[in-house]
Amino acid sequence: MEKGVAYDNDMNLKATELRLGLPGTDESQKEYSSFVKSNKRSSEEMDSSCNEEECAPAPKALVVGWPPVRSYRKNVLQQQQKKSDSDVSGMYVKVSMDGAPYLRKIDIKVYKNYPDLLIALENMFKCSMGVYSEREGYNGSEYAPTYEDKDGDWMLVGDVPWDMFVTSCKRLRIMKGSEAKGLGCQ
Amino acid sequence: MRSFQSMLNYFPEEVLEHVFDFLTSHRDRNAVSLVCKSWYTVERFSREKVFIGNCYAISPERLISRFPRVRSLTLKGKPHFADFNLVPHDWGGYVQPWIESMAKGGVNLEELRLKRMLVSDESLELLANFFPNFKSLVLVSCEGFTTDGLAAIASNCRFLRELDLQEIEVEDRRGQWLSCFPDSCTSLVSLNFACLKGEVNLASLERLVARCRNLRSLRVNHAVPIDALQRILMQAPQLVDLGTGSFGQDPDSDSYNKLETAMQQCTSITSLSGFLEVVTARCLPAVYPICRHLTSLNLSYAAGIYSDELVKLIRHCNKLERLLVLDTIGDKGLGVVASTCKELQELRVFPSDIHGGNAAVTEEGLVAISAGCPKLNSILYFCQQMTNAALIMVAKNCPNFIRFRLATLNPTIPDAVTMQPLDEGFGAIVKSCKGLKRLSVSGLLTDQLFLYIGIYAEQLEMLSIAFAGDSDKGMFYVLNGCKKLKKLEIRDSPFGDVALLEDMGKYETMRSLWMSSCEVTLGACKTLAQKMPRLNVEIINDSDQMEASDDDKQRVEKMYLYRTLVGPRKDAPDFVWTL
Repeated sequence: MEKGVAYDNDMNLKATELRLGLPGTDESQKEYSSFVKSNKRSSEEMDSSCNEEECAPAPKALVVGWPPVRSYRKNVLQQQQKKSDSDVSGMYVKVSMDGAPYLRKIDIKVYKNYPDLLIALENMFKCSMGVYSEREGYNGSEYAPTYEDKDGDWMLVGDVPWDMFVTSCKRLRIMKGSEAKGLGCQ
Repeated sequence: MRSFQSMLNYFPEEVLEHVFDFLTSHRDRNAVSLVCKSWYTVERFSREKVFIGNCYAISPERLISRFPRVRSLTLKGKPHFADFNLVPHDWGGYVQPWIESMAKGGVNLEELRLKRMLVSDESLELLANFFPNFKSLVLVSCEGFTTDGLAAIASNCRFLRELDLQEIEVEDRRGQWLSCFPDSCTSLVSLNFACLKGEVNLASLERLVARCRNLRSLRVNHAVPIDALQRILMQAPQLVDLGTGSFGQDPDSDSYNKLETAMQQCTSITSLSGFLEVVTARCLPAVYPICRHLTSLNLSYAAGIYSDELVKLIRHCNKLERLLVLDTIGDKGLGVVASTCKELQELRVFPSDIHGGNAAVTEEGLVAISAGCPKLNSILYFCQQMTNAALIMVAKNCPNFIRFRLATLNPTIPDAVTMQPLDEGFGAIVKSCKGLKRLSVSGLLTDQLFLYIGIYAEQLEMLSIAFAGDSDKGMFYVLNGCKKLKKLEIRDSPFGDVALLEDMGKYETMRSLWMSSCEVTLGACKTLAQKMPRLNVEIINDSDQMEASDDDKQRVEKMYLYRTLVGPRKDAPDFVWTL
């Protein structure tokens, strides 16, 4: 069973060398890749081949038993990740904007919160949606974001907690401010 | 002085026994039994709790003959690195011979605590049927049994108080083990089955909780949904420790209100864990009322709680002494912990993504915690990067560390700012923390760090080394300097024969030494085994890397040696050679 690959720490073989890093990463990644057999390297070598910006954290290398996490915990984590990856409702959703000739699609899982999403939408459609307020919605803005939820109803973006929004949003529609007035007011 | 000693000699044994009753720690009792023959005798007949840190250091028969009145036994089996898949499953550590001997020997066993041992259904059945007063079973990181074994325990242990399963993969036989607790069972004080993957009969669980009025600790598994949890809590408002199970789904407002009410009833809860499958953060506010009483909070399996919700929760927990979280909390989140949890003593931050994604924490979080939590004495920290400056600051802020374990996701990463080895940082930790008992180091490290450890880590008992050091000197510094060292485990480091053989007597003062992927050769291991008959030197040859062709120069992939009074073990599988 392979526990790690032995590398030759000779710089000349760089071109043909198998590396564990992402393509395009530089030689500083080599230090991590070559740790298994060349523990006797001196600190001078370290300095010369590793400059500050580029000695990035590890690539996705797989060493048996590192990081030292109990296998029970590892298994549970993997299962949890699988579950969240397969949580399909609310990943790629269609986004339409009133007056635009065609729709777009975005992956709402990429965003961490409402401001992130709104900024992305504003950039994508070159519109302004302003700031959300619970009472007024997006009143006063040119456009307002709305979404269709699991029940088929059109809701104003921002009312429910972010996590809930992500799991219940089926599609987005950026409505003209004038039309959205009805949604925002009490 | 002499007359005092003779006075003590005239004390009847019952008096000595009564005095020894106050000694609960096994170390104290061990010390006492070394004083003189009569003390040894009185002590051994009065000892009820026995701790055996390595199940192969002694035999069950000798245990029973020395401590015939033993009622509580703690056993540890596999070496620590077995947790990280470095030891094959069937290496050993069977509990069966212990249970058989105790059953034969008429031991009145009441309590059994096992760690990293192989436990079969047969063992559990024996346990359940041969020890009528059996009260407490605690299994940590064990394997080899199914829910059938649990059913045997539930059915037959009439006075069972504690059943505690931690981080175990139990094969689910769908036999409804929980329903095997008879209606007459009302003695449960602690029930922890959070790690079980299978379903449980919810109605049985609710009835069990209802009739066990002394239940203090309950940790359920993912198969218990929120509405069942709420009903259980209404039956057990006296709970002190709760594991919530999945805490998933998105309940309607009626269920949520019921949950809130149930939680408000539980005014005694000081320890909380679970949240195994949180789907939405909407239910979390239900636990806010109990947060202010919490001293222990384990969210390390709550992958579904995102950073901002996590932080909101923690802001309510200002009495926390123990916190376990995932690194999704981030450095900022740790800053909130630092300003909220002033009583914090123990912190564990686990990686949420084994491959080191964006969620990881850095040295900033650690520094913040050290600055805000002066009582911190135990830490396990998985991080993206570290710096010497940060570690030096941590050492200055927190001189009281007893356990300090750091794991960088890249095991040989240097100081993130200076690119230097992390020797000075860890060196500061050992210099400053005079009471340090356990240390795990990682990152780019040279022999210099081990020199520091040898000089300063006077109380160190356990040291874990991975991908570190330059030469045999490193290992030598540690073995020579750390007088109280009990367990040394080393992987992927350039330590070899010279270091191994330098001071062979040292290993008899220690519990065990593990070395894997180092530079140790077969010949040196043989020499050691030959010169030290009271050590078992085991070579684990699980990938057929070694031939029995006795090339003494070949490197040994995995070596585990430990002191023992009973010679080579007889249950070693084929791939384990005892030299």
